[in-house]
Amino acid sequence: MAPKLPPQPPLQHSTTAVADGQAHGHAAPPKGILRWLLTTNHKEIGSLYLIFSLIMFFIGGIFALVVRAELFQPGLQLVNPEFFNQMTTMHGLIMVFAAVMPAFTGLANWMIPLQIGAPDMALPRLNNFSFWLLPVAFTLLLSTLLMPGGGPNFGWTFYAPLSTTYAPPSTTFFILALHIAGISSILGAINIVATILNMRAPGMRLMDMPLFVWTWLITAFLLIAVMPVLAGVITMMLMDINFGTSFFDAAGGGDPVLFQHLFWFFGHPEVYIMILPAFGIVSAIIPTFARKPLFGYASMVYAVAAIALLSFLVWAHHMFVVGLPLAAELFFMYTTMLIAVPTGVKVFNWVTTLFRGSISFESPMLFALAFVVLFTIGGFSGLMLAIAPADFQYHDTYFVVAHFHYVLVPGAIFAIMAGVYYWLPKWTGHYPNERLAQWHFWFSVIGVNLTFFPMHFAGLAGMPRRIPDYALQFADFNFVSSVGAFFFGTSQLLFVLVIVLCVRGGKKAPAKAWEGAVDLEWTVPSPAPLHTFETPPVFQRASH
Amino acid sequence: MSNLHENQAVGVKRTVIRSIAALIGMFAFAFALVPLYDVFCRITGINGKVDATAQAIVHEEVDESRFVNVQFITRGSAGLPWRMSVEMRQMRVHPGQTAEVDFTFTNNSRVESWGRAVPSVSPSKATRHLRKVSCFCFEEQLLQGDERLTIPLVFQLARDLPEDINTITLVYTLYPVEQALRHTSLDNTRNNKKIARETI
Repeated sequence: MAPKLPPQPPLQHSTTAVADGQAHGHAAPPKGILRWLLTTNHKEIGSLYLIFSLIMFFIGGIFALVVRAELFQPGLQLVNPEFFNQMTTMHGLIMVFAAVMPAFTGLANWMIPLQIGAPDMALPRLNNFSFWLLPVAFTLLLSTLLMPGGGPNFGWTFYAPLSTTYAPPSTTFFILALHIAGISSILGAINIVATILNMRAPGMRLMDMPLFVWTWLITAFLLIAVMPVLAGVITMMLMDINFGTSFFDAAGGGDPVLFQHLFWFFGHPEVYIMILPAFGIVSAIIPTFARKPLFGYASMVYAVAAIALLSFLVWAHHMFVVGLPLAAELFFMYTTMLIAVPTGVKVFNWVTTLFRGSISFESPMLFALAFVVLFTIGGFSGLMLAIAPADFQYHDTYFVVAHFHYVLVPGAIFAIMAGVYYWLPKWTGHYPNERLAQWHFWFSVIGVNLTFFPMHFAGLAGMPRRIPDYALQFADFNFVSSVGAFFFGTSQLLFVLVIVLCVRGGKKAPAKAWEGAVDLEWTVPSPAPLHTFETPPVFQRASH
Repeated sequence: MSNLHENQAVGVKRTVIRSIAALIGMFAFAFALVPLYDVFCRITGINGKVDATAQAIVHEEVDESRFVNVQFITRGSAGLPWRMSVEMRQMRVHPGQTAEVDFTFTNNSRVESWGRAVPSVSPSKATRHLRKVSCFCFEEQLLQGDERLTIPLVFQLARDLPEDINTITLVYTLYPVEQALRHTSLDNTRNNKKIARETI
């Protein structure tokens, strides 16, 4: 059942303890494309993940801009409704499964071994395999757009029977792509759990780990728990489509509502999979630039664990209008509101860390601070949506779109960008161009709010989501949103520019690139050599 | 040094085995949820799911002190060229009383086809108090081309129907049944003398 472990000594890179003996123990890596195809190095695989997710971020972003261009004014101008539906669906799928999730996995690959003092991930070859599954999965998914009948057009939540009985013929490819992406996530999660639980530097207890490692450990458990449920759901869809079963077909005794229960049993933990590592990144950056230890380390860990556990008890708040009995509406309403408590603890701790700190505002800190403010706005609209009777009005409107974009764009994506700016000196040995990075920050923060804030109003006024046309009274809100979207999308080119410039040169960074940084990754040189911590570091307990 | 590595290798192996066990468990759990969900809904009556088997009439005193409005709604299906209608849109019955109402299925096409009427009860709280003694919804129906079929629904509202329920809506939605999937033999409906078949 378990993959066979190689019979040789498990850590082949640590054959020598000679001080600068690294070069002697290694065969020369293959050159060119083979080097990247065959690499088992956590840093190279981390870079591959990050580059892949950046490309997918732009592809998903172009899909979003097609949607926003069509919604620029009422009426149908640019695309037909069938293609519009494919764009909304593919935007969601690509951003969730190909941009945000791989970006976090990339950061985990790069930083977790460095932060816990391990020489590599626990299963380096599996690591290579989990990455290379992703380009396969998403090439397959994107290719459905060119197939007869078009790509998936049923929304990223692919509710059956819309995605079975009434779906385009390419749906089978969509299912296969999602299966492959799911396997990739699962293997990545197993690898991360195995690394964190077994490969920490001697003396580092679980409660000594940096919060990024903690949040990823919990995220990996969530992935192992819910990705198989997603795999089960899409397998049932596959059987409904191709093998004549009726899991979700009322005619054969199935139940469409069952699909929604199963999907959201996966889907709600999934949205926390996309935010918990962001909490970890922000919890590393804020203490660094406030030059104070993180306030309430233990409560942060417990809050993340509490959020993860509660995420299994709230799924039906996505389905308040399917006709749940009153008792269920109340149960899911209260459990959902309960999540605000641990989340509030986290926001409180970040703010308290800032309190009386000597704060400086470099680009990672700017993104982290914007995260705290804007994610909290998304949290508040989430609380509004949690109120079951109010949700009957908000359901399937642009208010929901505003809510989840506030938690995902200035939430998850700003945290990823903060992490990239924070760790770029470690990856490349150069500081990113601070002036350009700050332009990128201000353009992004203005663009995000311009795009998504008016959606709250459009939604409360009743504009439905996923529809290519709208009533005239929503024209002004949509005009602002579309202008903001193009502004935000274009300004992301600055992000690419900063990264490219930083890889090619820039101000040299020392090992400890940021004055207030404390974790283990800042003890290795910048740029981090290909092989680090071949002999485990001596871990000195900081006072949390 | 090598001791540390051996310990790590053992630990990694243990973690991987446990993770894979958890994976298989969760995958199986997803499939187990299908029957569990069904059982849960049936026991609690949530979701308006009605028993797909006939229930016996319980002879109990009719509660003549109150009337309950029972409404019938029928809905067609895109994939089936049938029309379904009901003899009356609503009727008033006493709890405990046995009532009968005729439903008519009409095949508007020239070719025979199989269909099934799937019921749903609203409010779902009432589901458990609605006893179906005889219902076409228990099995698939076969209609020849241009055939009309009239079948009665016999039901009884239980005496213990909660006081606050004054109206019960019974919705039937027609669905096509593919040849390969049907499992009821034609005889079930042919033998029932109350069923009237005619060609239009």
